[in-house]
Amino acid sequence: MIAEAGLAALWIAAMLAALQAFIGLGSLKAGGEELLRAVRPVAVAQAVMTVASFAALLWLFYSTDLSVKLVAEDSAISVPTLYRIAGAWGNHEGSMLLWVTILAIAGAAVALLERRLPERTLAATIAAQGVIALGFFAFLLFSSNPFARLEIAPADGNGFNPLLQDPGLAFHPPTLYVGYVGLSVAFSFAVGALLTRDVGPAFAKAMRPWVLGAWTFLTLGITAGSYWAYYELGWGGWWFWDPTENASLMPWLAATALLHSVTVLATRDGLRAWTVMLAVVAFSMSMVGTFLVRSGILTSVHAFALDPKRGAFILVLLALYIGGALALFGARIATVTEGNRFDPVSREGALVVNNLLLSVILGLVLIGTLYPLAAESLTGEKLSVGPPYFNATTGPLALVLVAVMAAGPVMRWRRDDIAKVAKRIAIPAVLTVIAFVAVLVLAPGLRILPLLGLTLAAGVAAASIAPLWKRKLRRTPLFTWGMVIAHLGVAVSLAGMACESAFTKETLVAARPGETVTVGPYAIRFASVDPVPGRNFTAVQATLVATRGSSTPITLKPEQRTFDNPPQQTSESAIATRWDGQLYTVVGAPVPGGRWQLRLWWKPFVTLIWLGGALIALGGALSLIGRALPRHRPVVEHTGFARFG
Amino acid sequence: MKAKNQRLVLALLALVALVGAVLLGMSALKDQASYFYSPSDALRDHVEIGRAVRLGGMVEKGSLKRQTDGVTITFNVTDGAATVAARYTGIVPDLFREGSGVVAEGRFTAPGEFTADTILAKHDENYKPPELAGNGMHETGSLKK
Repeated sequence: MIAEAGLAALWIAAMLAALQAFIGLGSLKAGGEELLRAVRPVAVAQAVMTVASFAALLWLFYSTDLSVKLVAEDSAISVPTLYRIAGAWGNHEGSMLLWVTILAIAGAAVALLERRLPERTLAATIAAQGVIALGFFAFLLFSSNPFARLEIAPADGNGFNPLLQDPGLAFHPPTLYVGYVGLSVAFSFAVGALLTRDVGPAFAKAMRPWVLGAWTFLTLGITAGSYWAYYELGWGGWWFWDPTENASLMPWLAATALLHSVTVLATRDGLRAWTVMLAVVAFSMSMVGTFLVRSGILTSVHAFALDPKRGAFILVLLALYIGGALALFGARIATVTEGNRFDPVSREGALVVNNLLLSVILGLVLIGTLYPLAAESLTGEKLSVGPPYFNATTGPLALVLVAVMAAGPVMRWRRDDIAKVAKRIAIPAVLTVIAFVAVLVLAPGLRILPLLGLTLAAGVAAASIAPLWKRKLRRTPLFTWGMVIAHLGVAVSLAGMACESAFTKETLVAARPGETVTVGPYAIRFASVDPVPGRNFTAVQATLVATRGSSTPITLKPEQRTFDNPPQQTSESAIATRWDGQLYTVVGAPVPGGRWQLRLWWKPFVTLIWLGGALIALGGALSLIGRALPRHRPVVEHTGFARFG
Repeated sequence: MKAKNQRLVLALLALVALVGAVLLGMSALKDQASYFYSPSDALRDHVEIGRAVRLGGMVEKGSLKRQTDGVTITFNVTDGAATVAARYTGIVPDLFREGSGVVAEGRFTAPGEFTADTILAKHDENYKPPELAGNGMHETGSLKK
């Protein structure tokens, strides 16, 4: 019954979404004002039905109802409770239902909370949300029904992919989806504003919290995903340029650009057309991401839904949404008047450069990700684009971007003087030079990118806190703190990446229990290997005792786990975190002669990569709170630099 | 600068950036795109020795052997029609086994001999290179569709 109720709720929600689009658009017509009052309740009702449908799926997974096809395929009785629940979105159908559920909740939140937009623009925005949701409902109902039953229920299910049985990964997809969906709201705002020809600061101020929220969640999702891949896959790397990683990076790059341009529009009424364009691009990127991951069209080692029919469906949706928005953009943009002018040397100017660089990096990632697809469909040639391409093209640009990021916040809005700007960044610039010399002396023979990375990180760290200079810290608005912390996070992350790529030490051996192996500053005694039982797996566990100089020994216990449903082996790395880095250990397969494979890494300061990511997200969250709480709104909103220089 | 001019300048800048990205990307792709080969492709096309490529196929049953150092393995990658001998030093990913799909990154050291730097990790035991789908070689998994 529960499955049928869930499906029924999904159908009703789809009908309500159609109604929502119809009423919203109808209310824009002359004489349609009466309809305006119905828009908000319909959006809320749609959300209630969608949530009910998702709750039904959660219940089916929680109770392991094996007569439901999806549950039988992706869960089993022995799966622990957390993963029985997470299993609901650890598969194609469930994750798409989660996607549309978050979308519906966001739509209802806009309907209930948004008070800044004119009523007509809001109605157009909610109508756009309805259209987006409708496409996804059609996708679910016609090609990915999560509630389909099996004729005969099996005695037990197929189990749940052991690699996904990790708390980090259970929460990773919802985090990313909140980000994607936040961008859909920004997109709907842009469409709404274009429909009612109301592109201005009020629209930008209404859109900004959504962009900030989406960006914060995307940042968290990417950071968590990177750390998950690092510790769970046991390969010791933190970024692979896999298409599924790019699928979340591309919307993030677009959202970062949008976040900065929407600030220009909200505070200075500039970059109107550009901001609307970016909102369209940002949502397009989250659709492209969904398409890449869910269609199985890529030769990706990560993509886990191999179904061309679904790919075609998402591609059609993609074409309709993006094509429709671009057509609307083309038709209406001539009527959008340009906002305020500004000098090339100004905060706006720096933000334009930031936007251009982000767009180019986005373009490079997009080309690298889609090129293999295009080449294969045109010439039939199979090829894949790997890290060498992405590192070589985006690395240098990212460093330039970071340098611009250091200078931007110390510039004034509208017009500034190069000499004065130079004076303001003098201290960070001197620090950068000192760092450069220090790194050259302390770590001779460093490759160029890590060298520049470390140097810039020092300069950027100093420059990011410059906006707090000579300010009363307690009266500094929260969103300024947000910017400072986010920019500082970039410096921290950059330092971590540079250290990881420059100083990592690796040892790969086959050793007998009792032997001692060294990696970096550690001597590691391989004490023993023991079998250990797990809840739904068996494991062999190595005991490693690591000592460094005269400090207290650390005991690490990496495991090889064997699951039998589905039959699969995973290795659980054991990681010891110290203030100056991580000792990363993996135990591999047994080798004849009583030996075991051991892979050991000493990774100095690698944790800074994710600490930086967390700081960036924290900055986003603080800015969001600062923008959302009226009492934090400062008298002088347009500059953090009223008394600087 | 007049408003109209400024808009034009911004539009031109954006265009330059876009074209620049495409040119930069294309030129880098020319050098860096590592081609994805099946053993048949690789042997037919005579892949240049030492060039970075990806090799995809199945690990041939009975071909997996461990060297005496304990961390180097040799195995055959096959697509049913042709076979390449591969060599890898490291811990293989969790889903690597005989009769299962494999994607290896590395280079040919001689025709038909491949040295892998990386064996790509997989999320799913049901993964196989799409170009091998449906030829009945994949034997792990699966009650799935």
